[in-house]
Amino acid sequence: MVVEFGHFALVLATVVALFQMLVPFWGAQIQEQRMMATAKPAAIFQFLLLTVSFLALTYAYVVSDFSVANVVANSHSTKPLIYRISGVWGNHEGSMLLWVLILAAFGAAVALFGNNLPLTLKANVLAVQSAVALAFCIFLLSTSNPFLRLDNPPMDGRGLNPILQDPALAFHPPFLYAGYVGFSIAFSFAVAALIEGRTDAAWARWVRPWTLAAWMFLTLGIAMGSWWAYYELGWGGWWFWDPVENASFMPWLSGTALLHSALVMEKRETLKVWTILLAILTFSLSLMGTFLVRSGVLTSVHAFAVDPERGVAILVILSIFVGGSLALFALRAGELRQGGLFSPISREGGLVFNNVILTTATATVLVGTLYPLVLEGLTGAKISVGAPYFNLTFVPLMVPLLLALPFGPFLPWKRADLAAVAQRLLVACLIGLVAMVATMAMSMRGPWLAPIMMAIGVYVMAGALQELAYRVKLGSVGPQELMRRLWNLPRSMYGTALAHFGVGLLVVGIVGTSAYRTEKVLVMKPNDKVEIAGYELTYKGVAPHRGPNYREQVGAIDVARKGKFLLTLHPAKRIYDAPPQPTSEAGIYASWQGDLYTVLGDAQKEDGGFAIRVYFNPLVRFIWIGAVLMFIAGGISLSDRRLRVGAPRRSNRKVGQLAPTPAE
Amino acid sequence: MTRKQKRGILIGAGVAILAAAAIMVAFALRDTIVFFKTPSEVAEGKVPVGQRFRLGGLVADGSVVRGQGTKITFAVTDTIGNVPVSYDGILPDLFREGQGVVTEGKLDPTGRFVADTVLAKHDENYMPPEVAAALEAKGVKLGEGATHPGKANN
Repeated sequence: MVVEFGHFALVLATVVALFQMLVPFWGAQIQEQRMMATAKPAAIFQFLLLTVSFLALTYAYVVSDFSVANVVANSHSTKPLIYRISGVWGNHEGSMLLWVLILAAFGAAVALFGNNLPLTLKANVLAVQSAVALAFCIFLLSTSNPFLRLDNPPMDGRGLNPILQDPALAFHPPFLYAGYVGFSIAFSFAVAALIEGRTDAAWARWVRPWTLAAWMFLTLGIAMGSWWAYYELGWGGWWFWDPVENASFMPWLSGTALLHSALVMEKRETLKVWTILLAILTFSLSLMGTFLVRSGVLTSVHAFAVDPERGVAILVILSIFVGGSLALFALRAGELRQGGLFSPISREGGLVFNNVILTTATATVLVGTLYPLVLEGLTGAKISVGAPYFNLTFVPLMVPLLLALPFGPFLPWKRADLAAVAQRLLVACLIGLVAMVATMAMSMRGPWLAPIMMAIGVYVMAGALQELAYRVKLGSVGPQELMRRLWNLPRSMYGTALAHFGVGLLVVGIVGTSAYRTEKVLVMKPNDKVEIAGYELTYKGVAPHRGPNYREQVGAIDVARKGKFLLTLHPAKRIYDAPPQPTSEAGIYASWQGDLYTVLGDAQKEDGGFAIRVYFNPLVRFIWIGAVLMFIAGGISLSDRRLRVGAPRRSNRKVGQLAPTPAE
Repeated sequence: MTRKQKRGILIGAGVAILAAAAIMVAFALRDTIVFFKTPSEVAEGKVPVGQRFRLGGLVADGSVVRGQGTKITFAVTDTIGNVPVSYDGILPDLFREGQGVVTEGKLDPTGRFVADTVLAKHDENYMPPEVAAALEAKGVKLGEGATHPGKANN
């Protein structure tokens, strides 16, 4: 009953989406207030219906209703409750339902919090948002219906892929989708602006918090996925430049660019056309990511069994929205009025530089990701593009960006003196150089580039701190005045500094673990010892163990440093009951210097030894800490009053009537 | 500077960065891509010794031999051609006989494929598209190999 109710709610949501797409849009065309006003209740109703639908599916999973095909294929009665719930989005149908739900949630949020939006703009935005929702509702109902019943329900389900039964992965898809789908708001605003043929600073002030929120979620979602791949897949790597990873990384890159260009548009009313294009491109990349992941056209280590027909359906949706919005852009972009002037050396110029690099970087990732598809289509040759390609193209682009990054916040708007800023950043440069010398002193081996990259990472971090110090006039005011200044500093400045600091930390982590990682693969018998990165590991043997829904062989490895016992690591090999699939659980000892990472391999037939892989990944933690800092920084920026009530510094005649409301 | 000159500088800088990136991309695509070959193509001698490529197919039944330490040999097949592979390292969890596999490495002069990477996958039912295409081209029915019950590899 509940399942049919959920199914019915999904159908009804589709109808509401159709209504919400047509009526408010038409109302906006003929300036009919009552028709435009229907957008708000429709968006909220659509969200409620999809919530009911999603909860119904969740209910089927929680009570293990094995008459539902989707539950049979992806759940099992012995699974712990949390994984029965996360199993809802651990499969294609359920994850697409979650996708639409989040889309509707963002639409409802605009409807609820957008009371100060001009009625026409709001109607158009919600109509566009609903068009996307409609397309995906139809997609769900026609090719990926999660509510289909089975005629002969089996006794039990087939279970969720065991490697997905993991806390980080349980929450990875919702965050990732909140990021992907969150960019739909920027898209809807961009398309609405093109329909109306006008944008202004208020428009940018509206779009920026939504973009920031989506970007935050995407940042955390990607970081969670990377962390999961790191400890669950037993390869000790955190990023593989795999197509599925790139699919989430491209919207992140262009979303980061959008965040910065919206800043210019908000403060200086320039870069309008570019910002609109970037908003369209970012969501298009999100849609393309969905297509790449869900269609399985690319070989990926992260790919899951897929159905090509669905790929075609998503490709159709992708072409309609990307093609349609770009065509609209081509028709209307010329009508947008260009704004203020600025010199190439200025805050605006810096942000343009940021945008050029980030979009170029997005393009190189796009080329690397799609090239195998194109080449196969043209010549039939099957190839793979891996890390070496991205190291040659993406990484060199990041160097100038990182070097320029600390300059950005120091540059004044309109016109700036580069030499003066460079002088202010002298301390950061020196700290970077010290880091380089220290890196070289600590480690003779490793690529020659590594100490330089390390210096750049530290320089970015120091630059971020120096900006804060400069703003509060550290050193030239007394402690009381300092406190007052720290207190009065706008939160968005803290946000900027913290996010940039996080970028630097991320770079340090990446360089540390990529350049100075050590690895040993060997066969160990009980009481065999191995030394790695100053740690002494003693293998103690394995013991069988029975978990809630798996059997495992648990190894015991004692870790000591300088003769002092630290702890025992327990890498394990598991075999799940349903489906009977083996997984490796790494034994990890995390510290600030780096992670000691152990994986149990295969048992040796003759002598009772085990193949064991041991890594030391220096500074690897900083990668995720950096990402989490960026997430927190986004939150701090969002809480800034200026974002909510509009910039008070620049008076703008239009702003008075269009004061934006909170984005939370 | 006039408005035009300023715009010229910005556009010029943008174009310069794009051009530099395009050159790097072209260069990288020439040098870093890895071709995918089927066991039949290798058996027919279409791949020169020492060239890096990816070899994909099914792990031939009964071919897995564990050697000293972490050394292992197995054969990759598309039911027509059959290529012996040697690998030193820990295999992914889902590696087993009868399952699809993608390996990366080089041929040695004796015709043995020395792999340095054996690709993992997350899903039992997932078959890399190249492997699926290669097998289909050789008339192997899919779904059987892919869902081979097999035994756990340890």
